[in-house]
Amino acid sequence: MATVDKIVAQMPKSLSKIEFSYCPGCHHGIVHRLIAEVIDELGIAGRTLMVAPVGCSVFAYNFFDLDGTVAAHGRAPAVATGMKRALPDRIVFTYQGDGDLASIGTAEIVHAANRGENITTIFINNAVYGMTGGQMAPTTLLGQKTTTSPYGREPKANGYPIRMSEMLSTLDGAAYIERTMVTTPQNVIKTKAAIKKAFQAQIKGLGFSMVEVLSTCPTNWGMTPIEAMKWLEENMTKTFPLGVFVDRTKGMI
Amino acid sequence: MKMLMKGTEAIAEAAIRAGCRLYFGYPITPQSELTEYMAKRMPEVNGVFLQSESEVATVNMLYGAACTGKRVMTSTSSPGFSLMQEGISYMAGAELPAVFINVMRGGPGLGDIQPSQSDYFQATKGGGHGDYRMIVLAPHTLQEAANIMGEAFDLAFKYRMLVTILVDGMIGQMMEPVELPEWKNIEEFKEPDWALTGAKDRKPRKVTSFDLDPYELEKMNLRYQATYKKVTENEVRYEEFKIADADIIVVAYGTMARIVKTVVDSARKEGIKVGLFRPITLWPFPYERLSEIAGNVKHILTVEMSYGQMLEDVKLGVNGKTDVEFYGRSAGVVPTPMEVLEAIKKIAR
Repeated sequence: MATVDKIVAQMPKSLSKIEFSYCPGCHHGIVHRLIAEVIDELGIAGRTLMVAPVGCSVFAYNFFDLDGTVAAHGRAPAVATGMKRALPDRIVFTYQGDGDLASIGTAEIVHAANRGENITTIFINNAVYGMTGGQMAPTTLLGQKTTTSPYGREPKANGYPIRMSEMLSTLDGAAYIERTMVTTPQNVIKTKAAIKKAFQAQIKGLGFSMVEVLSTCPTNWGMTPIEAMKWLEENMTKTFPLGVFVDRTKGMI
Repeated sequence: MKMLMKGTEAIAEAAIRAGCRLYFGYPITPQSELTEYMAKRMPEVNGVFLQSESEVATVNMLYGAACTGKRVMTSTSSPGFSLMQEGISYMAGAELPAVFINVMRGGPGLGDIQPSQSDYFQATKGGGHGDYRMIVLAPHTLQEAANIMGEAFDLAFKYRMLVTILVDGMIGQMMEPVELPEWKNIEEFKEPDWALTGAKDRKPRKVTSFDLDPYELEKMNLRYQATYKKVTENEVRYEEFKIADADIIVVAYGTMARIVKTVVDSARKEGIKVGLFRPITLWPFPYERLSEIAGNVKHILTVEMSYGQMLEDVKLGVNGKTDVEFYGRSAGVVPTPMEVLEAIKKIAR
């Protein structure tokens, strides 16, 4: 029988064995794995509570081996606030999409950030409503065709793509906000580092932390996974530049 | 020792004594004093007070805090209670215990800030979506309101249900002497076996109102219905006031019942035998007892600070056994004892 000298890759302990419900080429799975790896590495699984959203990741509470719930559409930051205020020594995070966080839940995310609520938000921005079938999101790019902007998003009628990371970084309660993507191994590593920093900010009690991950939706974009990845890099990053928008963790973690 | 207290303050202090250490709220007249009292008092008892950005956020903060298995509450008034209905439906589906205080004011819409009882349907029939119920308690004095707080939390945890204390601006705003209930020792509360606290050394727990498989969701719903059945069998509360020899029974709750007690005595001085039947639980409604007593009287008069909402439950209870009349004023106008007496005399004639 072969013996194992060194394990170089394995399923993170914080992921459950339940099969993901995501489409091929969707980035939710990568980000789930990164969160689970970070939770394992920080050794916080036994004291972490997660709040799943409404959207494609509505089942996320089952994909993690953590105590969890699913909030009403957009309300995850308020639910997480209640949990954190009740149990201040636990780690609480929300996982939200762009329809959830940047449209119906704008009030909740803005005020959670503004209170410096000591929670972490992982924000998946794929410029479209996934679960309901590809409708226009507040983050849909100008000219982008969706089922509710069939002629392309037009600013006079539909306004402009909303940049949540930039908006929230103006608030004094925000401790750490970064926008990343997971299109290459290097970007995956950067995203994991950002997620880790966001959780560390919470562990240190520094306030609100968020990582926005630009993600693909090949199904609703009508592209192959490879085309979608290319489209993301070439188009989404122009409207949603990558980077760190606020970082009050320096010297603290 | 009795203390002269405002209704909202008596309710708030009684809630703290009942073991509530987590309050989330948003200012709205005529109950803002309750929110203010909690802001001042919670830090003194190592509790949490948080002013939310909206009632929509409030109810979701309550959802999150309730997930941890602790005693949580909020207070609001009619328009705010409307905003909470989404979260109430989610909490009912997730079988989370919590206590809501709705200090009713005149509606619909922005309405006014005067006392009303026009949220009866919303509270007792489910203002949110889905097949759910919440226990609704209607105290008629400040003393009763203070006494009922402990029971409200106990019921919420016993059945994993939401409990609403439905009062009106009159009870919220008036002052009277109150004997505050005894302190409960929060150290003695057991952590529920469903509470989300972090899955250290145990299997992860999930609390949701969700299952995409209709047969699984049906199972959840049947579980809720079984709970509601137990509550209707065991938790009906009401008060009977001078009904033994009554020809006319007035059915009223909350402030209106308090006014009717005065009227019962005035009517009896004029030779009209009147009694009061006062539901204390508006859900579950005391249908059975009302049905029993309906057979012995000539008339039943429902009096409400609404245009006839509880009236529908009274009719269901009476079920045609006798004549059911109605008198009510709404929109923040409180019927006077004289007006109610006049309505009784009209029937007695």
